Parts: sequence; structure tokens; C-alpha cells
Amino acid sequence: MLRELSLNILDIVENSVKAGAKNIRIEVSAKGNDLKIVIADDGCGMDEEFLSRVTDPFTTTRTTRKVGMGLPLLKMEAEMSGGMFDITSAPGKGTTVKSTFKIDNIDRPPLGDISSTIISLIADLNEGQELVFKFEAFGNEFSLDTSQIKRELDPVRIDEPTVLVYLKDMIKENIITENGGVSL
Amino acid sequence: MKSIADIKAIRDKMQSQIIMRDNNTSDEIRVVVGMATCGISAGARPVFNTLIDEVAKRNLSNVKVSRTGCLGMCKLEPIVEVFVPNQEKVTYCKVDAEKARNIIANHIVNGNVCTEYLISGKEL
Repeated sequence: MLRELSLNILDIVENSVKAGAKNIRIEVSAKGNDLKIVIADDGCGMDEEFLSRVTDPFTTTRTTRKVGMGLPLLKMEAEMSGGMFDITSAPGKGTTVKSTFKIDNIDRPPLGDISSTIISLIADLNEGQELVFKFEAFGNEFSLDTSQIKRELDPVRIDEPTVLVYLKDMIKENIITENGGVSL
Repeated sequence: MKSIADIKAIRDKMQSQIIMRDNNTSDEIRVVVGMATCGISAGARPVFNTLIDEVAKRNLSNVKVSRTGCLGMCKLEPIVEVFVPNQEKVTYCKVDAEKARNIIANHIVNGNVCTEYLISGKEL
């Protein structure tokens, strides 16, 4: 198990980056007692046969070794905390991973430092790849779109450390992860 | 509160140094952090973020921090590789935020490899 759900997000989105996705979307939302995390991409996708065994820890596209822990860990964490896990994919169309967690479940890992996760991902985007991050909780909404930021920054690159530090602070300041004794 | 509207101010501030660097890309130092599941679970994200923070704080315009996948030595994660032009690659293991700060200060800024963080024979 990873210590924070934001670490799971960091781990899983790497698959989207490697799958050659042009657009990656991360949505984190909390409504009532449900915390929902959606990761969607328009990358190479998976065929039905691979998809059926993708949550098996001994399934991976890696060649260095024969284990792939990212999706199995997220599935286990969702199910352990009274939530659900679902993955849909189609070759050439992309992949969507949805997981829900019961906020008050004692086995649910905390969301953790999502701003650090997002900037770690932005730093790793390839040329032409865009990331959209949407956050909604406790009546607060925030969204960040790298294509918009790149337009504003041009010709300065989005992966410049000064820019990344600014974006991290901006995300931190604009999202609410704790309210009335309830912490995501 | 920080917002996208302020991004243009950063662009204006950074534009001149970017042009200077683009004319001098041959001395770019690359700092690469292993961030597969093994690295992430061992603490690679705070290492990556500390490196970014330090590079920004010190205004090291010739340093690029990036991430990579599994480097094949999971038990030694978090692993940081430093590529300085015309020098051999240096691999640091079991890096944490404090070690990351020292790597920037000693190795990147002052040119002294942090030998105490290198992979030693007993760890392999």
C-alpha cells in the first residue's frame, strides 16, 4: 500500500505518459462520504485480453521485470476502504481508471500532497502532452490546464523549476482538503 | 492568492535568462529521479520536489530536473542520477530531502560529488 492516494495517482499517470497520451485528465472530487478519483487518457489503450489481467500484479508492459503494482495497489486500497475500482480501455482510444473511497473508512489512505504530485507530473510531460487537473470538494472547485498555462508562459517552458514551484503553491492555495474536521 | 493571471509576470521575469540559456545548451546538467512504483513508495516524490525547490531557489538556470521509471535497483530507491557534461554519470541511492539539498549544494553548485551517498559494494 502507498502512504497517500496522491502517490497512487503519480504512479498510475506515468502509464498514461508512457502510453503516448496527448491529453491526460485527473479528477479528484468529494461528495458526501465518497472520494472519487478519475484518471483518463487518450493514449494507446489496451485490448480486452490485457485489460482482463491488468489488475494482476504479475501483469506489466515493463521489460525490466515481470511485476506491475500500480493498478493492483489502487484497486486493493479502494476495495479495502469500502469503495470501488473500475477500468475501461480500448486500443487507440485510451484508458479511464475510476476509483472511489469511503472518506470515513479507517483503511482509506489520505489524499496527501496532491500539489506535489501534479507538479511532478507536469515536469514529466512530453512535448505535445497536456494535463488537466480538476478538484472539487467542500464546495470548492479548482482546475488547472497545462495548455492554458503554456500559452501564457510562451516562450518560457512549463517545466522550469521556478514555474513548477509557483504552480505547486497555486494548487495548494486554491484547493480545500480539510473542512469541519473531515480531512481528505 | 496565486492565480494563472500572475503567470505572465513570471514569463516576463524569466524570458531573458531563457534566451541566454538556449544559446548555451551544451553545459546543461541533468538530475534524474527514479519514480516508478518502487521509487515513489520509497519517497522519491519529496526528493523530486526538494530538487525542484532548490534549483528554483538558487536560480540554477543550467540544471534540468526530470523523472524516469524503474532503474532496476528497487531496494536502493530513491535513486538520483546526475549527468554533468563531459563527466561520468553519478548515481546516488537512498536519497531523502536533506540528501537532495546536499547534492544540489555540494555536487551541482560546488562540483564535489557527495561520496557518502553513492552506492557502496555492501549495498549491492
